[in-house]
Amino acid sequence: MAVTGKEYEKMAQKAEPPSHMVKNFFMAYLVGGLICTFGELLFTLYSYWGAEEKQARMAVSVTLIFITAFLTGIGVFDKIARFAGAGTIVPITGFANSVASPALEFQSEGRIMGTGVQMFSIAGPVIVYGTAAAVIYGLIVWIFRLY
Amino acid sequence: MAERIGKYTLNFTSKPSIVGNAAVVGKKEGEGPLGEEFDKIYTDTTMGECSWEKAESSIQREAIIRALAKADTATSQVDAVIAGDLLNQCIGTTFGLREMNIPFAGVYGACSTMALSLLMGSIMVDGGAVNTCVCATSSHFCSAERQFRYPLEYGGQRPPAAQWTVTGSGAAVLKKSGGTVKVTKGIIGRIQDLGIRDANNMGAAMAPAAASTITDFLKDTGTVPEDYDMILTGDLGSVGSKLLCELMVKESGIDISAVHRDCGVMIFDPENQDVNAGGSGCGCSGAVVCSYIMRRLQQGELKKVLFVGTGALMSPTSSKQGESVPGIAHGVLLSTE
Repeated sequence: MAVTGKEYEKMAQKAEPPSHMVKNFFMAYLVGGLICTFGELLFTLYSYWGAEEKQARMAVSVTLIFITAFLTGIGVFDKIARFAGAGTIVPITGFANSVASPALEFQSEGRIMGTGVQMFSIAGPVIVYGTAAAVIYGLIVWIFRLY
Repeated sequence: MAERIGKYTLNFTSKPSIVGNAAVVGKKEGEGPLGEEFDKIYTDTTMGECSWEKAESSIQREAIIRALAKADTATSQVDAVIAGDLLNQCIGTTFGLREMNIPFAGVYGACSTMALSLLMGSIMVDGGAVNTCVCATSSHFCSAERQFRYPLEYGGQRPPAAQWTVTGSGAAVLKKSGGTVKVTKGIIGRIQDLGIRDANNMGAAMAPAAASTITDFLKDTGTVPEDYDMILTGDLGSVGSKLLCELMVKESGIDISAVHRDCGVMIFDPENQDVNAGGSGCGCSGAVVCSYIMRRLQQGELKKVLFVGTGALMSPTSSKQGESVPGIAHGVLLSTE
């Protein structure tokens, strides 16, 4: 008797091993938390060195981006991310890695057609829709302020 | 000359012989359970090349050169090479073979390419169109990842049903006679699609194709699973293998679990090699069949192996357009009888 698509979908779902939800949540919480704590430490340090709040926050982001790009370049970041999951994807580290990794990968196609074209192949949608969402949000705020 | 048995199966009356075979693999595959079976293990993933595509080309060339050496055959004596790989326009193969000056016919069957090339080669040898032909395929983890998934250094988690593309290549030299292992039958598979959309679960997408090809073959030849020492699928992995056995019992009441093995499950150690559901890629069945399986057949441990290569016929474009993943499975009967 032929198995239908619907029946097969159920069979396939059953055959698929479950994700390690508890472990993934825990690692994401732990690593994500550690990155944020490290960010706070940096903020305190930069403030201590005399940076104003806005400058200090900017410097924290730049430092985290630099560290991520460096770890991506030496081939370590993806190994951490395999265990950390959302813990490294959600903070700014994930965004930095998603730009640095295609930039590295597509070097073989050259600086322009490779790195230049592909650099934002993963992060591009985030930038496009992030910017679009910001515009819409700005418009809403502007309309509300009119009245 | 090939004759048809039943609706789909081909019987090769002259029984084309495999007179030479070779398998070369990357480091991770060399560290797996079949490590000692391969002809060459590369410790450098780049194979000394400047791009992953060139690295793949070089492993396929190496496998072909080694298989020809074992068959004591010069490249000038080869009438045709039938080969393919996973990369766009099969550049792994074409750039690997461009300096070899052998008549070349490219084939694409995704990860079923080893079975497809053996099948096409056998038809040509059996029909008298060629006297000597080389059947080959390859895949490389890094070239496949960048084409089908993410950059290597991208920090993401792989889902549990995902498979690991094998870095490796297999090549076999076919002649009219002379070898212990013969290709006695073959079957061209039908595309099957039961609607799996998850390109990370290719085992599930390909299992229906494997089930249909195996069932057709058994029906056409009037045989049962127990008539074979092994029914070997290409790269269904652990998820797809389980589904194949379940599907066959449900659809036609045939239980192949006692004789079924899968190259994707065999090539890696699932506990310690972090490959999730197992290996995949053209090189997976290519390397396993052209090493471990051929050796067991030549040594007499195995006598009849129905090798069914499995392929997922999607592309990054079709996946992005929301299409499901069609599967294909081609079979060849490798026999020493």
